[in-house]
Amino acid sequence: MTKQVEQKDQVVVRFAGDSGDGMQLTGDRFTNATAVIGNDLATLPDFPAEIRAPAGTLHGVSAFQIHFSSHDILTPGDHPNVLVAMNPAALKANMGDLQAGGTIIANENSFVDRNLEKAGYDGNPLEDGSLADYQVFPVKMTDMTLEATKGLEVTKKEGERAKNFFALGLVSWLYGRPTDITTTWIEQKFAKKPAIRDANLAAFKAGFNFGETAELFATSYKIDRAPAKPGVYRNTNGTVALAWGLIAASVKSGLPLFYAGYPITPASELLHELSRHKNFGVRTFQAEDEIAAANMSLGAAFAGHLGVTGTSGPGLDLKAETISLAVTLELPMVIVDVQRAGPATGMPTKTEAADLMLAMYGRHGESPLPIVSAYSPAQCFDAAFEAVRIAVEYRTPVILLSDTFLGNSSEPWLIPDTDTLPRIDPRFATESNHDEGFMPYLRDDKLARPWAVPGTPGLEHRIGGLEKVADSTGNISYDPENHERATHLRLQKVKNVADSVPPLEVDDPDGDAELLVVGWGSTQGTIKAALAAVRDRGKKVAHVHLVHLHPFPNDLEEILRRYPKLLVPEMNMGQLSRLLRAEYLVDAQLYSKVQGQPIFVEELTEEIVRRLA
Amino acid sequence: MIDGGNGNGEGVRGRQLTLTKKDFTSDQEVRWCPGCGDYAILSTVQGFLPELGIPTKDIVFVAGIGCSGRFAYYMDTYGVHGIHGRAPALATGIATTRPDLSVWVITGDGDGLSIGGNHLIHALRRNVDITILLFNNQIYGLTKGQYSPTSEQGKVTKSTPFGSVDYPFNPVALALGAEATFVARTIDNDRKHSTEVLRAAAEHKGSAFIEIFQNCNVFNDGAFAAVRDKQAGAQQNQIRLEHGQPIRFGKDGERGVVQRPDGSLEIVAVQDAGEEALLVHDMHRAEPALAFSLAHLSERPTGPTPIGIFREIARPVYGEAMDAQLEQAKEKMGEGDLAALLHSGDTWSVE
Repeated sequence: MTKQVEQKDQVVVRFAGDSGDGMQLTGDRFTNATAVIGNDLATLPDFPAEIRAPAGTLHGVSAFQIHFSSHDILTPGDHPNVLVAMNPAALKANMGDLQAGGTIIANENSFVDRNLEKAGYDGNPLEDGSLADYQVFPVKMTDMTLEATKGLEVTKKEGERAKNFFALGLVSWLYGRPTDITTTWIEQKFAKKPAIRDANLAAFKAGFNFGETAELFATSYKIDRAPAKPGVYRNTNGTVALAWGLIAASVKSGLPLFYAGYPITPASELLHELSRHKNFGVRTFQAEDEIAAANMSLGAAFAGHLGVTGTSGPGLDLKAETISLAVTLELPMVIVDVQRAGPATGMPTKTEAADLMLAMYGRHGESPLPIVSAYSPAQCFDAAFEAVRIAVEYRTPVILLSDTFLGNSSEPWLIPDTDTLPRIDPRFATESNHDEGFMPYLRDDKLARPWAVPGTPGLEHRIGGLEKVADSTGNISYDPENHERATHLRLQKVKNVADSVPPLEVDDPDGDAELLVVGWGSTQGTIKAALAAVRDRGKKVAHVHLVHLHPFPNDLEEILRRYPKLLVPEMNMGQLSRLLRAEYLVDAQLYSKVQGQPIFVEELTEEIVRRLA
Repeated sequence: MIDGGNGNGEGVRGRQLTLTKKDFTSDQEVRWCPGCGDYAILSTVQGFLPELGIPTKDIVFVAGIGCSGRFAYYMDTYGVHGIHGRAPALATGIATTRPDLSVWVITGDGDGLSIGGNHLIHALRRNVDITILLFNNQIYGLTKGQYSPTSEQGKVTKSTPFGSVDYPFNPVALALGAEATFVARTIDNDRKHSTEVLRAAAEHKGSAFIEIFQNCNVFNDGAFAAVRDKQAGAQQNQIRLEHGQPIRFGKDGERGVVQRPDGSLEIVAVQDAGEEALLVHDMHRAEPALAFSLAHLSERPTGPTPIGIFREIARPVYGEAMDAQLEQAKEKMGEGDLAALLHSGDTWSVE
């Protein structure tokens, strides 16, 4: 039969299955094929905290969502149009998010009594009519995968395990994804296990062919290439972009990168990624604990390397005292916090952005430091580079805030020209700066102190956590006035960072919007999409997104005062909004969501409309 | 002094550096309590370092918190005074990025064994190239007299008016348990012995751990009298471990150590046991059991107590192993090329 091809501009697909079903891999492969054919895209993996929760249960469900489009898109999508459910639990756990009337492609073979019971179904939803409002495609994926892999040198179990590639093949056909990208990948990935390679290839092809030939699917879809700036693109998630940003900063500063971390979800991925790039001279160190990781990075900084440590909220708590030492030692250091839902262990695999106050104030004494935040997966590269720039230029620890969503989700990235990335000059002290001998705290016009590394003759000096004469010798001082002067100097130096930050970009086409949305972090995509939706309804609304959270950019106050209404969407209980109120005495209103999930476009759209009314 | 050198004890172009104690003495006024054992240790270290021939620019002292923490400020080298207990971690960051430096850690029984115990044991097992001097005075001095993890049970202090119920650590046994490759013990006021131990520690590749019995004359005076003070019979109680020599001690070497058939150690009269029965000290033994038994020969330094080097074995040094991986990666993957990295994997062009 001839199948129809229907044009679509955007689709949201969610692959869901048991955590052992390989859904992340399936999603990842689909994403790559999608990226390479030039659709714009955004992804959102969602996996359980348990490594192998009991098979078939609701809390063992792992999902991967991808939003792809022929135009510029900003978020992974609020509601999937298509749900691929590999078992009843995956269906049950994800049904609530599916768009009304959406499409369900289910592995019919797994809808048996035992699995239905584990998922808490009384009957079989594929048969009892409960899904009548949806388009349901039951497909015997397991049977067909076994059939396709028969005769290959794999066990039945190994053959069955290839069923995620069957699903991938089917969905690839449905949306016209090229097959060669996936087959090449399978061939390379499983080159050393030819039997598994062949099983996966067979399953993938069987899935694709099933879509093409079976009468079940009458239509496949075509999504055109999205318009984009000329250049070379790749797909990246926030983890990889952040790691590469650090490597780029290392290359551009000539400072060898030393990264110490302690395993913690979701920041471990950063340690893993950096560990792969030892040929850049990257030293990665898995420390005995979070505190050690911070101290090792600080030690590396003292020794003249680019000292970086990464963690998530619980680890940032532990590093606080060491960071305060870095504040008074005035050494360059970057602390990456990939935020997750807290407090305590909280929800380690779920996103939240509630560590801003911790970054800002979570140390004893007056302990100011610059804070930089990333706002999209690809922009993690720029944010990391900027954090290093500030740290080195101002001799200060810098906290770089990312979050679980940014780390895990992906988007196309226009690869920057490495020649145009600015050089970061470490400006090591090489000779004495004073007639009476080297003064480690004699400051430059930015108030940055000299960085004299061991091995430099004549500049031997001691620095430490005790209060010191903070504008010259660095010698221990308990003098009351010196402490006050030192406290002011440390703060003023951090405030001076604002002078090195470019003006903010305000998105306000006519310049007369009634409401300004002030965002930070991973809400950026949602805010931009919501703004587009609000403007479609004829309303005027503006947006500014902050990368520098401390100090605030010099022009922020003037921008805030331009608008009658301020709305701050945050994945916390009001941290940026509170800082804005405290700093500028403005009525910054909070829109809060703390569900371990990104804010959805439609939620924010409605909120903005309500505020404008 | 002549500056320069490669940090390995060789002067510039083979010239021997002629440094003196004065070159290692900073301009900061030393502010420990009069009579503190720390003065003697500082003087010994400053007096010993010139013989290494390492220029002051290539030496880093890293200290934690406590009375010992001030040590770093008094050395005219590079130095960092960190936060409580974390000096081994800070030093690990320095030593693994800069194998050209000579890195020393100054810590105490509270700093190194209580709040910083985790960093100490992990630095030792990794065999990071640092020398750790643990000043053990069995008390918290800087916070004015609380019992420490090496204080004896029953210790009456401000925080334990009814006596401490904690069982104490034996620092040498702890270091051995942490797989340290060099473990020694010396005494603050024995300059000659301390210097010998420091010399051996400085020559050792990897982590060297030295427990120094240090008298706190204000809060815990006399804690080590039995092995430290002549009047208290220190000569009779110091069991000086010497590699390759039978272990014997006492005024005329009249007592010694033998190994029982079950492997445990015992102090005997040499006359009774016979000289040939004495245990011969072998600090290079691969397995640590005997060194561990020696560490436990005296649970408290109140009677016969071994001092000297318990163990000295060779194991790959952490920083060197890390550097070797970097070199291998460069050989295998080629020197890192940023543009190539960014363009690796699947990419696509938009015209």
